Amino acid sequence: MLTILFDGIAYGMLLFVLACGLSITLGLMNFVNLAHGAFAMAGGYITVIMMNRYGLSFYWCLPAAFLVTALIGVLLERTLYRRLYKSSHLDQVLFSIGLVFMSIAAVDYFMGGQQQLISLPPELRGRFDFFGVGIGRYRLFIIVLCAALTIALQLALTRTRFGSQLRAAVDDGRVARGLGINVSVVFALTFALGSGLAGLGGALGTEILGLDPNFPLKFLIYFMIVVTVGGTSSITGPFVAALLLGIADVAGKYYVPQAGAFIIYGVMILVLILRPHGLFAREGGR
Amino acid sequence: MITRRLFIATTMVAALAATPSLAQDVVKIGLVLPMTGPFASTGRQVEAGVRAYMALHGDTAGGKKIEVVLRDDAGTADQTRRIAQELVVNEGVSMLMGFGLTPLAMSVAPVLNQAKIPAIITSATTSAIMKQSEYFVRTSMAGPQSAVPVATWAVENGLKRVVTLVTDYGPGHDIEKGFTDQFKKEGGEIVEAVRVPLQNPDFAPFLQRVRDAKPDAIFVFVPSGVGSVFMKQFADRGLADAGIKLIATGDVTDDDLLNAIGDPALGVITGHFYSANHDSPENKAYVEQVKKAANNMRPNFMSVGGYDAMHLAYAALEKTGGDTDGTKLVEAMKGMEWTSPRGSISIDPATRDIVQDIYIREVKKVGDELYNVEFTTYEKIKDPFAAQ
Amino acid sequence: MSDKPLSASETAIGLLKRAGRWQIWEIALWLIAIAMIFVLPSKMLILTEITILGLFAVSLDLILGYAGIVSLGHTAFFGLGAYVAGIFARDYFSEPVTGLLVAGVVSGLFGFATSFLVLRGSDLTRLMTTFGVAMLLAELANQAAWLTGGADGLSGVTITPILGLFEFDLWGRNGYIYALVVLMVLTFIARRIVNSPYGLSLKAIKRNPVRAAMLGISPTRRIVAVYTIAAAYAGIAGALLAQTTSFVSPDVLAFHRSADVLLVLVIGGTGYLYGGIFGAIIFTVLRDWLSVITPQYWMFWIGLILIIIVMVGPERITRWQAFLPGSARAERLKARKAAEDVR
Repeated sequence: MLTILFDGIAYGMLLFVLACGLSITLGLMNFVNLAHGAFAMAGGYITVIMMNRYGLSFYWCLPAAFLVTALIGVLLERTLYRRLYKSSHLDQVLFSIGLVFMSIAAVDYFMGGQQQLISLPPELRGRFDFFGVGIGRYRLFIIVLCAALTIALQLALTRTRFGSQLRAAVDDGRVARGLGINVSVVFALTFALGSGLAGLGGALGTEILGLDPNFPLKFLIYFMIVVTVGGTSSITGPFVAALLLGIADVAGKYYVPQAGAFIIYGVMILVLILRPHGLFAREGGR
Repeated sequence: MITRRLFIATTMVAALAATPSLAQDVVKIGLVLPMTGPFASTGRQVEAGVRAYMALHGDTAGGKKIEVVLRDDAGTADQTRRIAQELVVNEGVSMLMGFGLTPLAMSVAPVLNQAKIPAIITSATTSAIMKQSEYFVRTSMAGPQSAVPVATWAVENGLKRVVTLVTDYGPGHDIEKGFTDQFKKEGGEIVEAVRVPLQNPDFAPFLQRVRDAKPDAIFVFVPSGVGSVFMKQFADRGLADAGIKLIATGDVTDDDLLNAIGDPALGVITGHFYSANHDSPENKAYVEQVKKAANNMRPNFMSVGGYDAMHLAYAALEKTGGDTDGTKLVEAMKGMEWTSPRGSISIDPATRDIVQDIYIREVKKVGDELYNVEFTTYEKIKDPFAAQ
Repeated sequence: MSDKPLSASETAIGLLKRAGRWQIWEIALWLIAIAMIFVLPSKMLILTEITILGLFAVSLDLILGYAGIVSLGHTAFFGLGAYVAGIFARDYFSEPVTGLLVAGVVSGLFGFATSFLVLRGSDLTRLMTTFGVAMLLAELANQAAWLTGGADGLSGVTITPILGLFEFDLWGRNGYIYALVVLMVLTFIARRIVNSPYGLSLKAIKRNPVRAAMLGISPTRRIVAVYTIAAAYAGIAGALLAQTTSFVSPDVLAFHRSADVLLVLVIGGTGYLYGGIFGAIIFTVLRDWLSVITPQYWMFWIGLILIIIVMVGPERITRWQAFLPGSARAERLKARKAAEDVR
């Protein structure tokens, strides 16, 4: 029972790290970026290449996945994304779907279509019993890491100068610019942060979720659910939503395996009917 | 209205009359595979098998030059159907080949029945396909062919209480039933039957369920790509330490991915029709050819389906002396026997389905690499559902 | 403008009427489509596919282009129609036209039932609810294997000749004619709808729902109505697919279909009904051509084209139809320009 809860939390945490970048771009910058999964996939493939081709340690791969993906993010933001901030949601959807298609084909071309696998360092493998609760080491690692990340992120957005600049830039770009805030740099950095987190999530998820060129489409659904159900106005919303989703998914599959997939979609529709702007939307949220 | 029908009838007759003259010296074979989408690796492997056969055996059969026309259906059934139909009508192919998944194969059945053209299935496995058309012939695997011997083997080796875990789609249901029927007949007990959705990111809850049921062994069928993820999670969850043995069909220990799965796969017992480690001159030549042509890729059971499909096509053309009439080709294929890289196989004249040996294998280190090492053979296994 | 003093409202009414008038290029399009039967007999199958995709996109245009509802799950209705037509033909009555109507009615009812989900919330909420509905249906179709064949697809569908007269042939000729006739009839009806006062009120809602409500146009009822109609259209498109291929695979409900139809519509341009048809032609021909050249990597080029379209701006690409002779849009542009000149 508690093992299920534990697994659910680990799964939810992983989902959160994968999706929180999307909640930043969507909630704060109001950009529907369906290509978010492509960044996560990039992180995953960076890990695979570093570990399997160059034999580097898994622990080095995580920051590398974050940095490289963030760099790709900045590059794309500067060249393409920034032109679309003012466009309609429909344009943004189409643009990002196009990006997803390109990334799928490109990864297929360079890496091949098969599942990519990594070998974790021995201390992260296996599991141990803690008062009768089976704890997977790697899952514990994910929980600890993601919890730390969440706290850091929350602090960064609410307590730091950059966080306030970002919120100012989002609320009213013109005024923010008038106050001497370089809005376009703030946006670029935010976008980099979002895609970097996705890359990190992809690197962490390779072991549990698997990695193949269709990753961006396969998990897009989950990201979107987390963000829409959680609401896009804060980090806590998606966090709670991701945890709920993770636990509901794992528990649902354990107790009623026949109905596993129904539960997620059902819950999502129900939440959206009752609260069209998500669980934790601020008043008049976008 | 009559004139219109007459017009169509005449054009059809004219076109039919024109086809043989077009195909005087070239015989076209339409290869329809998922080359993009989630099942792209199936397409890649089958294509490698087909190309390997042509590289090893030349491109003439029955005095005709063979030309393969490859098309991608992206794993979408209505595309498969349209492409197959276009290949028949526009390209004038004499045979179709490929079909990665059950629904893809099912969707072309009406085309085959109407055009009377044989289709050799290289991948899709469910039993139900063969009944849809008299023109289907299969060189991959017939339904739960590989699961039944695993059930026999399990009981013989003292595994009495088993949990089954299969992917929730046609082939999964077939294999679950095939295994369960045989296992119960031999006196075993199925503790629980778990079905996991096709789109399943995380096996944790299912594995936990299995662990809590405390069986002697878990019998698994999942498609090969997902299989590798499954293997790792199986090892991580410590099911082996809890005394639960893993037995499976060969999809889980796919040759193509085995090395990437690594040590967690060691000692896993699987039943299947092909291992890249199979000891025969045919197989050695084949593995070498595929590795040479396809960037050191190790051929797996899907690619051998493509290889044997080409052999069957060649042999049938030889037998008819180059006649490309669809009905004659199917007749020629029935009862055909040959030695494939996987061992000796034949086509059942009654069901047009493959009859083959199933090997029980264990994952072992051979040199630096992991292989499925065959240790027991169950000979001449037919589709257990075909009789029903 | 000086010789007609009261021209402002007259011009407006004239232009509104003009929008509903038949254009030369419209007639040409249908004539070409009919001529295809004789010109390209070897391409009937792909033409059928274009026709079906076109109808599906027209149905999306009704809600996206005219009511401004973004949907990522429009394939729910397409798939439902396909399954209903398939099951109806397998178990009850195999004459296609009847099946088409049944599928349209069932999908329409389902559209009516789910239309209440798209009334509230933002674009994003709508994207996700429509998407969720489609995924639920897909899961349902997969689970209810006794009815739908599950993941193996619905086989054993035999379709008898259309109205008992025309059989579906291997060349796909009658299939194309059948699909084309359905597309034409439904497009004509859609044309009447969008050019009626009701259609104009929809456009007003799309531009600004609050203002429309203040003018006495109730958005709710109108959106429910158009959503229902669009669902029925999509269902009929799905039924056409099921009947011309005599098979239903579970991927009729897959996400990529919803995405594809959205792409098709945007390539062709929204809000003038023919966008879906033009888009379907461009998209299908392009995809077919690319997937023959590069069977593995055509997705890359589709993606690239999409990005270019968005970057260049879809309006700029679809504006070509404004230059077609006698186009309402061209007239409107001219009038607007004249008005600006006067000012």
